[in-house]
Amino acid sequence: MKFDLQPFLLTFELAALTTALLYLIGLPVAYFLAHTKTRIKPVWEAVISLPLILPPSVLGFYFLLAFSKTGFLGAFWERMFGHQLAFSFDGLVLGSMIFSLPFMVHPLLSGFSGIDRGIVEASYTLGKSRLETLRRVILPNMKGALLTGGVLAFAHTVGEFGVVLMIGGSIPGKTKVASIAIYDLVESLNYYEAHVYAGILFTFSFAILITVYLINKRIDVQ
Amino acid sequence: MISISVRKPLLGAEGSFELAVDLEVQTGTFITLFGPSGSGKTTFIRMVAGLETPASGRLSVNDEVWFDSAANINLSPQLRRVGLVFQNYSLFPNMTVGENLRFAQGRKDEGKITEILELIGLTGLRNRYPTTLSGGQQQRVALARAIVREPKLLLLDEPLSALDTIKRLRLQDEISRIHSLFHLTTILVSHDKQEVFKLSDKVAVMEHGRIVKYGDAKDIFLEQQTSNKFSFVGTILSIKPVDIAYLAVIGVGNELVEVVLDERDLAGLRVGDKVLVAAKAFNPIIKKI
Repeated sequence: MKFDLQPFLLTFELAALTTALLYLIGLPVAYFLAHTKTRIKPVWEAVISLPLILPPSVLGFYFLLAFSKTGFLGAFWERMFGHQLAFSFDGLVLGSMIFSLPFMVHPLLSGFSGIDRGIVEASYTLGKSRLETLRRVILPNMKGALLTGGVLAFAHTVGEFGVVLMIGGSIPGKTKVASIAIYDLVESLNYYEAHVYAGILFTFSFAILITVYLINKRIDVQ
Repeated sequence: MISISVRKPLLGAEGSFELAVDLEVQTGTFITLFGPSGSGKTTFIRMVAGLETPASGRLSVNDEVWFDSAANINLSPQLRRVGLVFQNYSLFPNMTVGENLRFAQGRKDEGKITEILELIGLTGLRNRYPTTLSGGQQQRVALARAIVREPKLLLLDEPLSALDTIKRLRLQDEISRIHSLFHLTTILVSHDKQEVFKLSDKVAVMEHGRIVKYGDAKDIFLEQQTSNKFSFVGTILSIKPVDIAYLAVIGVGNELVEVVLDERDLAGLRVGDKVLVAAKAFNPIIKKI
């Protein structure tokens, strides 16, 4: 029988890109939330946490509207890059980023909040700017949070289904990720291959979580 | 010359009060802020470091204005060149002792780091991480880190309060040595009388955000000096009958004192009581130990 690796490659490409971009967005967002004194902080927190509780179909439905040729994001994208956002890999990345945002932001937020204010102030009085303090004092002392945020965002992107189905469809090599492939296989009663795919995802997810807990334990001991 | 005049409303345990401090400190002086906790000492020192902003006032160090509410000047902590030592050390856990010091340096100079580590007796700990050090060692590193930046002003916020007596005494000597060796101007916050007396040239007693007494340590703490009275507060540790009298052992600071009591003295005294041990009209003898 033929075994198609393509959906897995696509899944990991999507997850890796999403995670990398989420670090860029999640770090400033979490830093802001950890330090802001604004009264509407709960509103921001609620907005970021929304993807945790909204059914993926609801999110996917709104994404589909926004990403379509007539939607505000879709129209902008088409003008900028010359192709439509819905049913494209770009669209999947964007959707995944929003969908996985809380999985990145929450660990980072608790990481920032757990940093002893004293070492930050010590760094300031030693003449170091905010950025240098962030880079050399704050981030190195929240490695556990950085790791957890990245791994959870990655794993959650690998595991997402509903949103991808809504905005990606199932275009081989473009938007057909592993979770969608399993769905297709089950639909066509190809249980053998579905077992293989599901088994791989199952093992992968378990291995990732075990790794995170083991590493975090080691960081705690230090 | 450092001249400070700052105001800021504070919220204390007994309601709000205003921190209002006016202070002039000669360069090279070791000055201590002494007073009960909650009197605004730490807030004051944080204002000097630039970590908190006064509501109004002016602060200048050797003719350089660090804060002036009228002229809208407020130098960031990064630009103030202070060495601040915190009560809980605040060393960077991700850096070794050597790296903590290197981080503090503006212009990299390994020779200077080696020199300071040697001076403070930390050479052997250069490659150790802060979490593997004792409290006393950590505070030495914090002190070294504050010095390595060649600060104009050394600020010590209850630096020794978390240490036991022996370590505290040793570090007091260390601080005193560093202060004179580097010709520093030092502001210490402390509520340990012995420590304040031992280290300070000048003492400012703070209560409710204000300096209520200012002067030489001797004048502030030894007001009764001329009465030739010798008195300490201690705790009765044991009382035992000896022949017709009683012998009480009293702990004063870290020392034990034996005092002979008769039946009348004994009335109302119990082990654990706080007592005043006083003697009048005699000349204390001191011996080198």
